[in-house]
Amino acid sequence: MSAPNKSYDPVEVEALKPEEIERMRDEALAAFAAADSLDALQEAKVAHTGGTSPLSLANREIGALPPHAKAAAGKLVGQARGAVNKGLAARQAELEAERDARVLVEEAVDVTLPHDRVPAGARHPLTTLSERIEDVFVAMGYEVAEGPQVEAEWFNFDALNIGPDHPARGEADTFFVQGPDGGTESGVVLRTHTSPVQIRSLLDRELPVYVICPGRVYRTDELDATHTPVFHQVELLAVDEGLTMADLKGTLDHMVQALFGEGMKTRLRPNFFPFTEPSAEMDMVCYVCRGESVGNPDRPCRTCSSEGWIELGGCGMVNPKVLTACGVDPEKYSGFAFGFGIERMLMFRHNVEDMRDMVEGDVRFTRPFGMEI
Amino acid sequence: MRVPLSWLREYVDLPATETGRDVQAKLVSAGLEVETVEQLGADLKGPLVVGQVLTIEELEGFKKPIRFCTVDVGTANGTGEPQEIVCGARNFAVGDKVVVVLPGAVLPGGFAISARKTYGRNSHGMICSSDELGMGDDGTKGIIVLPPETEVGKDAIELLELVDEVLDIAVTANRGDCLSIRGVARETAIAYGLPLRDPALLDVPGPNAFGHPVQVSDPFGCDRFTARTVTGLDPEARSPIWLKRRLQKVGMRPISLAVDITNYVMMELGQPLHAYDRNLVQGTIGVRRATEGEKIVTLDGVTRKLHAEDLVITDDRGPIGLAGVMGGADTEIADHDAEDGANASTEVVIEAAHFDQVSIARTARRHKLSSEASRRFERGVDPLAASAAAQRTVDLLVLLAGGTADAGVTEVIAPSAPHTIAVPADHPDKVAGVVYGRETVVRRLQEVGCDVYGQDELIVTVPSWRPDLADINDLAEEVIRLEGYENLPSTLPKPPSGRGLTHRQRLHRRVGRALAGAGYVEAPNYPFISEQVFDQLGLDADDPARRVVRLTNPLSDEEPALRTSLLPGLLGALRRNDGRGSHDLALFETGLVFQPRAEQGVAVALPVDRRPTDEEIATLDAALPEQPRHVAVVLAGAREQAGWWGKGRPADWADAVEAGRVVAREAGAELIVRKGQYGPWHPGRCAEFVVVVDGAERVVGHAGELHPRVVKALGLPARTCAAELDLDVLEQVGDDTPQAPSISSFPVATQDVALVVDEFVPHTEVEAALREGAGELLEGIRLFDVYENAEQLGEGRKSLAYALRFRAGDRTLTVDEASAARDAAVALAGERTGAVLRS
Repeated sequence: MSAPNKSYDPVEVEALKPEEIERMRDEALAAFAAADSLDALQEAKVAHTGGTSPLSLANREIGALPPHAKAAAGKLVGQARGAVNKGLAARQAELEAERDARVLVEEAVDVTLPHDRVPAGARHPLTTLSERIEDVFVAMGYEVAEGPQVEAEWFNFDALNIGPDHPARGEADTFFVQGPDGGTESGVVLRTHTSPVQIRSLLDRELPVYVICPGRVYRTDELDATHTPVFHQVELLAVDEGLTMADLKGTLDHMVQALFGEGMKTRLRPNFFPFTEPSAEMDMVCYVCRGESVGNPDRPCRTCSSEGWIELGGCGMVNPKVLTACGVDPEKYSGFAFGFGIERMLMFRHNVEDMRDMVEGDVRFTRPFGMEI
Repeated sequence: MRVPLSWLREYVDLPATETGRDVQAKLVSAGLEVETVEQLGADLKGPLVVGQVLTIEELEGFKKPIRFCTVDVGTANGTGEPQEIVCGARNFAVGDKVVVVLPGAVLPGGFAISARKTYGRNSHGMICSSDELGMGDDGTKGIIVLPPETEVGKDAIELLELVDEVLDIAVTANRGDCLSIRGVARETAIAYGLPLRDPALLDVPGPNAFGHPVQVSDPFGCDRFTARTVTGLDPEARSPIWLKRRLQKVGMRPISLAVDITNYVMMELGQPLHAYDRNLVQGTIGVRRATEGEKIVTLDGVTRKLHAEDLVITDDRGPIGLAGVMGGADTEIADHDAEDGANASTEVVIEAAHFDQVSIARTARRHKLSSEASRRFERGVDPLAASAAAQRTVDLLVLLAGGTADAGVTEVIAPSAPHTIAVPADHPDKVAGVVYGRETVVRRLQEVGCDVYGQDELIVTVPSWRPDLADINDLAEEVIRLEGYENLPSTLPKPPSGRGLTHRQRLHRRVGRALAGAGYVEAPNYPFISEQVFDQLGLDADDPARRVVRLTNPLSDEEPALRTSLLPGLLGALRRNDGRGSHDLALFETGLVFQPRAEQGVAVALPVDRRPTDEEIATLDAALPEQPRHVAVVLAGAREQAGWWGKGRPADWADAVEAGRVVAREAGAELIVRKGQYGPWHPGRCAEFVVVVDGAERVVGHAGELHPRVVKALGLPARTCAAELDLDVLEQVGDDTPQAPSISSFPVATQDVALVVDEFVPHTEVEAALREGAGELLEGIRLFDVYENAEQLGEGRKSLAYALRFRAGDRTLTVDEASAARDAAVALAGERTGAVLRS
């Protein structure tokens, strides 16, 4: 590089003439604009902003100028380079946007394609409906009690005030278990209801007792559209001081509201069960027509057969004899209990038309019920 | 119990406008379960008239005998001319009175009658059978032949009482009194607040010494025995139409006058009766327990061997009846229509007795013989109605059979006091949660027939027809039901705070969710199995799973046992689905299995008048089988489906083993998986699941591909896979509170190693050695490849490739540190399993 020359006239340097700088700038900008791809732009970039580009070369000349001229020339070249870089960035952004738009379109897929590589599993609606009911009561403070399905007759009958000669015992359609050596007198049966769990709860737990007893029960019915020899019940037992039938009614009302929505209610009709006294049959208002189909032939209701009520199960105040058999003082404590079949509720809650669908394990039946109902 | 409304109205003056449905609603609200109201003759339309057969012409040339008749129907046909009718029945003769339906009429079932040509003649109507009129079986199996005195042309709808309503009531086991019109009438009267005309209120002569001798030697079994005698019965006498019709409406078949009368009185008053042919009874009628092995032929023709507890009626020869259940054939009253009709009974002894409920129930059960009589005695019969019922029977025999009541009246009565109950006057209030007040309580109890005395404490004498009213809550129920269950308020009790679901319950739910999440569909199955399935499953002869609980009365003799494994049921569900066209299957089930104890005892009946002792409860529990909860999965077909993404993947042993791991993970149980060998599974593709319980290893299940023989024997899809685990043991060893690991934010150093081992060395052993050898710096280890190639690795060798991740909690590891840890891992694996680094 030549030594600074104070008398040097910048005008005399051809490359640093303002019109020359402007030309270089404009040529660069034109080249960028003409670049129609990122690759072409890259070439133009090298040509117009690289180390050997005219503007870079011009910039180098500044060093040789006399001090007083450097500032003006520097400014001139700097502005031009700034404009070129800005133009380059703008074009770069433009071309990238174009490329992105094109490539992402090319990469588009049919998002409606299925991806059932491993088809979804499901839990059985009898399981999930039972859990749903349990949860209603667990939320109220009840606990879930379980017990054996092969049960001693004493728990299944005697303790529930169904003595050996009680007519109800003969009507219970009981499966009997063979005794030792194949004898018939084992004193053991397949439980015909979940009520023995109530007895076990009263024997095992501290008072007061508030339990819900879900589970499988067995009766000697042949399988058909409306019967199954193996079915599921949920029973409830509350034993405390001062419990009344009004409490039973309120608890039932709460349950049907929790399961079927606001405004639901139940109705009690007198009945007889050995383990409760007084006893009642419980109905719930039809959750579909809410009773409006009664006497209204224009709007028949399939769910309740236009009866307005749906039969739910049995209930009542725990017979004092049952409390006595469990060592609970009936003078001090009273209790209520109810029980109903899950299959029946599943049928009317989910329009299951044939009991067999619930017992055959057909995946086409179960899958739609998913994880919870 | 079927109750004709017309009969009910005899004892209660119901408003004329009251329909069967109205009465139904009232009775249901009061506690009688009126299931249906049958509308008899609702769609019946006349003219239906009495006719007399004038001529019968037998028509020839048809497949069955056909008669062309002319019948005089008076002026009912408008012309007074004989009605020409073609008829296929033969049980009538010229001169008989019959029921004729004329053209224009409609019979039950919408059967419209018109004149038509049939068998070459014009038929203007029909001669009717009881079936065609919807009357039920009258035993004739032909057309109805009316008594000769019936007036020709009379309206038969009215004559035969064809239009009526019948309430069908499902009487609960405690309400024996409602197995009679009298009982239902009483409930109806109470429900309507109307007076009852009690049909048992009859003038009955007092007992005397001239009646048929009766000796009751078991006053506990029979506390009341009334015997009355009627002589001079007209053997030609028939049950009148009204009597037959009422029996038909309550569901009984008319048989003969004497039998019909005893049945009628039983229906009316609820008192079972028996009529003996006096000439066939030898000597004193006795009541005693049978002697073991004694025999009797009952009316149904069955010879029955008696038990020492059976209560029998005897004469000098021995048992002549099974008391309260069924009479004996020896003393059966003979019917005029019977083959030896010439000897029709003309003298009968009527028995109206009261027997012990339990004794009758046991005898009926023992002999599997449930009769109208035993059903009533089992549920409780009003003991004070016996003499009235005997009287009513005598009256009807005199009236309808022209008999003469013998002056002798025998009554053997064991003295007893009426049942009284002391009940606080506010007890019903406390049970209901409603303030009824003493006055209401007393009034309601009086309505059901109780005598009530006292103020704060009521002394209540229950009526003889309500033996079910035994305790204070029984009385509370009477008050509450009559005040209306529908009027009970709705209140909520306040249970103490609960503890939520138990660990076991939560695990059960979690396992179901996890398996469903992994693509399994829950399929709960019946627990009934055939023991042959154990052979099909390839279990050894001494496999403990072959020890089963058996039922004495299985639904199917082919499946008398309870499952010891979930597989038979679940594989059945798999096969069923496969047969229905679902071939890619993954099913699961959780449920109890039943394992008899080594020493199975008998579960005795404990007392119920106190809490059983803990020892007593323990003896009951000891008589029950073990009932652990198992979980099982079965798989067949594709586990991953083929699709646009590529090929599918068939379900295999590894899926089944992984299901076991999923379950164990949910349980928080440390599961040891090792090679196993067990009946149902392919011997080379069976994993054994082991957990450590109290320091000892315990096998909790198996998984893998099923044995080809099992697949064939059970007709399953090829290469069906399965797993089964004992969920209760997993729950027991599970860790409910996993500890959080410390998470390092320093960089990870990864090292891959490929180790060559003998092909029978299980991966788990190699991995365990690597893990231990690598020491604390090892963060994770994962097997990413298994490779077998005899040429490269040598015969019987395999290569296991592992990715090891190292990390320290306090610094960035150097390459040397990571390599040293890796080398230590490989060294220990080499020492333990003979593994060498693949070169």
